[in-house]
Amino acid sequence: MSQGPLIPILLVSTGLFFIGMYGLFTRRNMITMLMAIELMLNSVNINFVAFNKYLFPEKLNGLFFSLFIITIAAAEAAVAIAIIINLYRSHQSIDVDDATEMKY
Amino acid sequence: MDISTIILYAIAACILGAGILAVTSTKIFRAAIYLLFSLVSIAALYFWMQVEFIAAIQIVVYVGGIVVLIIFSIFLTQQSGKEMAKPSAGKILASLGAALFGFLFTANIITHYSWGENPGRIFTVTVDQIGREMLSTTEHGYILPFEVISMLLLAAMIGCIVIALKRTEKTLDI
Repeated sequence: MSQGPLIPILLVSTGLFFIGMYGLFTRRNMITMLMAIELMLNSVNINFVAFNKYLFPEKLNGLFFSLFIITIAAAEAAVAIAIIINLYRSHQSIDVDDATEMKY
Repeated sequence: MDISTIILYAIAACILGAGILAVTSTKIFRAAIYLLFSLVSIAALYFWMQVEFIAAIQIVVYVGGIVVLIIFSIFLTQQSGKEMAKPSAGKILASLGAALFGFLFTANIITHYSWGENPGRIFTVTVDQIGREMLSTTEHGYILPFEVISMLLLAAMIGCIVIALKRTEKTLDI
């Protein structure tokens, strides 16, 4: 790695993204799927901050993108957990295979 | 290899190791705790990149907010010591293949692209700069997204209350 730490950081964020994708594919429980989505959003944030710092150091755009992504992730997690709790009340389960009323 | 590179690799190992454990652990509460470690390591990566403001936001919002919310909902919806069913071997194999293919494909592109890093310029960011640019109404200001985000948060708050409301006979028509 002769040219700075950008490539290792990008590889870390790529690895984290595909770990999140693996979790999203294999898990059937809604809370763990939500956790996998959080991992993927975090990897995108790392990318934005790294590009801002190492490629465009005179601007702040990447920082603002990650700030807004963090805010939207918080809102998304709150709404998702409200839906999960409501689903648990009506089905006594938060497994995605049990909620099939709107499937067909 | 100097000390800061070694620290970067240690942080990267923490992020990826905790992330793998978070998506493969069969106990849901342990998965949440591994997610917590992964998020704290990402905050450490932000500190390593010297963007302290984003690191502080990461700790406050993710570690203090979202993980606590997830742990609360685990307690509300299931027994924390119960083992989750393992996915079938075929599904694990297919997902692992897809994830590995995607990782190798992207890593190949990343390592062969010439990024044009310019180590001569110094990246410094202060909270003062961030605040001024976030609320400025000039060409590069972020006042409009800021206001839109505040409306989104308000809508999310009201929506959560309405969705999670306990319906009784009297309030059924809401």
